[in-house]
Amino acid sequence: MAKRIEAKNLNIYYSKFLAVSEVNFTIAPRSVTAFIGPSGCGKSTVLRTINRMHEVIAGAHVQGDVLLDGESIYGSAVDPVDVRRTIGMVFQRPNPFPTMSIYDNVVAGLKLQSGRIKKAELDDTVEKSLRGANLWEEVKDRLGKPGAGLSGGQQQRLCIARAIAVEPQVLLMDEPCSALDPISTLAIEDLIQSLKEKYTIVIVTHNMQQAARVSERTAFFNLAGVGRPGQLVEIDDTQKIFSNPSEQRTEDYISGRFG
Amino acid sequence: MTDQESRDRERARAMAEREATHASDTPDDYRGNADPNGVGVIPSSSALATPALADAPVSGSGVGAFGARGKVRIGDKVFRYLTAGAGMFVCILITLVAVFLLAKAIPSIANDKVNFFTSRAWQVSGSTLEFGIVDLLWTTVLSSVFAMLLAVPVAIGIALFITQYAPRQLARPVAFVVDLLAAIPSIVYGVFGITVFAPKLHGIIDFLNRYLGWIPLFKKQISDPGTVFAGGIILAIMILPIITAIAREVYERTPRENVEAAWALGATKWEMVRLSVLPYGKPGVISGAMLGLGRALGETIAITLILVAPPSGAPFSPSLFYGGETFASKIANAAAEFNNPTQTGAYIAAGLVLFVLTFAVNAAARIVVNRRREFS
Repeated sequence: MAKRIEAKNLNIYYSKFLAVSEVNFTIAPRSVTAFIGPSGCGKSTVLRTINRMHEVIAGAHVQGDVLLDGESIYGSAVDPVDVRRTIGMVFQRPNPFPTMSIYDNVVAGLKLQSGRIKKAELDDTVEKSLRGANLWEEVKDRLGKPGAGLSGGQQQRLCIARAIAVEPQVLLMDEPCSALDPISTLAIEDLIQSLKEKYTIVIVTHNMQQAARVSERTAFFNLAGVGRPGQLVEIDDTQKIFSNPSEQRTEDYISGRFG
Repeated sequence: MTDQESRDRERARAMAEREATHASDTPDDYRGNADPNGVGVIPSSSALATPALADAPVSGSGVGAFGARGKVRIGDKVFRYLTAGAGMFVCILITLVAVFLLAKAIPSIANDKVNFFTSRAWQVSGSTLEFGIVDLLWTTVLSSVFAMLLAVPVAIGIALFITQYAPRQLARPVAFVVDLLAAIPSIVYGVFGITVFAPKLHGIIDFLNRYLGWIPLFKKQISDPGTVFAGGIILAIMILPIITAIAREVYERTPRENVEAAWALGATKWEMVRLSVLPYGKPGVISGAMLGLGRALGETIAITLILVAPPSGAPFSPSLFYGGETFASKIANAAAEFNNPTQTGAYIAAGLVLFVLTFAVNAAARIVVNRRREFS
C-alpha cells in the first residue's frame, strides 16, 4: 500500500514568483515525516505539490518532478485527479462537506471513485474508516447527523476518516492540529502513530514538540533570505535534527534563536 | 451539563464560527439578496438569532474594574435605532399595502354574486358584480412556473460558467451582458415578444403539439401567436439576470476549504462543483429562483402586450398554447375603466390574491430552505 516519495529539483511557482527552489528529498514508505520551518517558507506549498493540489491555484505551476515509487506524478500522461485519489490530504481547518451527513462525508471520495457501491459495502467502509480515525465510538449512533455539527477535533478526525476511506498510498497533513485544542491534538497524534503502519505520512506542523513526538524524519525549510525563495535546509532523522542538526540554521530555529 | 447540552453547545459554537467566517468572507458590496440562508428581500428574522450574536458581549453589563455599568455610547444607540427603523419601515409598508388591498377588496367581494375563487366569470361593468379568479390564477401560475423552469437551469449554467469555468477575461464581460438584460425595460420585452419573437414559435408549437398534444398542457388551441408559451419564454429571459446574479454571488462565495476538500479527494471539475459549489449555493439559488418567480408573477406590461385574451365565455384550457390573462395583465387591461369603487374593488381583489400568492411562494421557499438548515 504505502509508497516511497521522492522530490527531484522541485521549483515551485505562483505565476512568475518562485516560492520554493531546488527541493530534493526521499521519504520512505510507512514512515512519518514532519515538515517544519517558519511561516511563509513554503512547507505547505511543497506538501501540496506531492498530490498536485498546488496547481489548483490559478497560475501556480511546478518545475522538476515528484516520484511515487519511482513513477512520476507530473508526467504528461498523468491525470492529477488520479494522483489525488492515490494521495489523501487533511487540511489545517477541518473541512467536512457542510451539507452532508457524517456517513456521506466518509464515503464521499469512495463514491467518486467507484460509482455505485452496495450499501453493505459502504456500511463496512464507514465503520472501518471511522474506527481507523478513532471516531467510531463517538458517532456510531448519529451517522445521519451533519458532519459540521461535530466538535473541531471530531471534524478533523472525520476528515481523516474521509481521506483513508479510499485507501490512499500516502497521507498528507497540512497542520492538522493547528485549529484544535490539546486533547484533540493528542487524539490526532495517537492516530498518526497507528496510521503509519499502513500509510506513508507527511505532516506539516508549526509545533516542534509535535514534530518530535510523531515523526521519524524531519525536514527543515527556511527562506534563503529576505525576498528569496524558500528552500529545504536539511532533512534527517528527527532525533538528530532536534539534538544535533548538521546545519547551523536548523539549530538556530529549533533552539529559538531564530530571527 | 448533560451530554445533549454539551453537544448543542458544541454545535452552536461551530455554527457561530461558521457564521463568523461567512461574514469575514463577505466583501463590502454584500447584498442581502444573496444571503445563502435567506429567501427573498425581507430580512430573515432567523439570521438575527444566530449564536454569533447571542454570544456577543452585551454592552452595559461590565463589572469590576471597568465600573458597574458600561458607558452608553451615542453612536451605538443612533445606529441601533436607525437600523431598527429601517426594518420597521418595511414591515409597516407591507402591512399598509395589505390593509389597503383588504379595505378596497372586501366590499366588492361581499357583493360578488359568484364564488370569488372558483368562478370563471368576470362581469364587473354592469349593475351586478360577477367575478372569479380561477382563470387568472391558472394563467399567472402557469406562465410564471414555466418561465422559472426555463430560467433556473440556464441561470445556474451561466453562473457556474462565470464562476467556475470561464477564464477571468471572459467571465467579466459575460456577467456584464447578463446583468444588462435586467436593464432592458419590460415594454421593450413586450413589443419584441409579440412582434418578433412569438410569431416565430409556430414550428416549435406544431412540433410539440404533434408529439405531446395528448397532454392537455401541449394541445394547440389557437393560431394567434400570443400564447402563454411565448409569454413564458419572454418572462424567462426577463427573470434570468436576477437568478443568475444571485447564483453567481453564492457560487463565488463557496468556501475555499470545501472546494479543496473535493479536489483532494480526487474530484474532477464537475465532481468538485457537485460536491462543494452546488450544495453550498443551493439555499441562495432557491431564494434567487423565488425572487425571479415573484417578478414573473407580477410582471405586467410585457405579458399584457403578448398574451391574447380569449373571448369571454370561451371554455377553459390548461394549455400552454393558449392565450389568457394574468392578474397583472387583467388589471392593466382594465386600468382605463376604474371609474367606480365596486368595480375597481374587483380588480383590487385580484391584486390581493396576487399579493398573497407572492407571499405564499416566499414563505414556501423559506420553509424548503430551513428544513435542511441543519445541513447548511
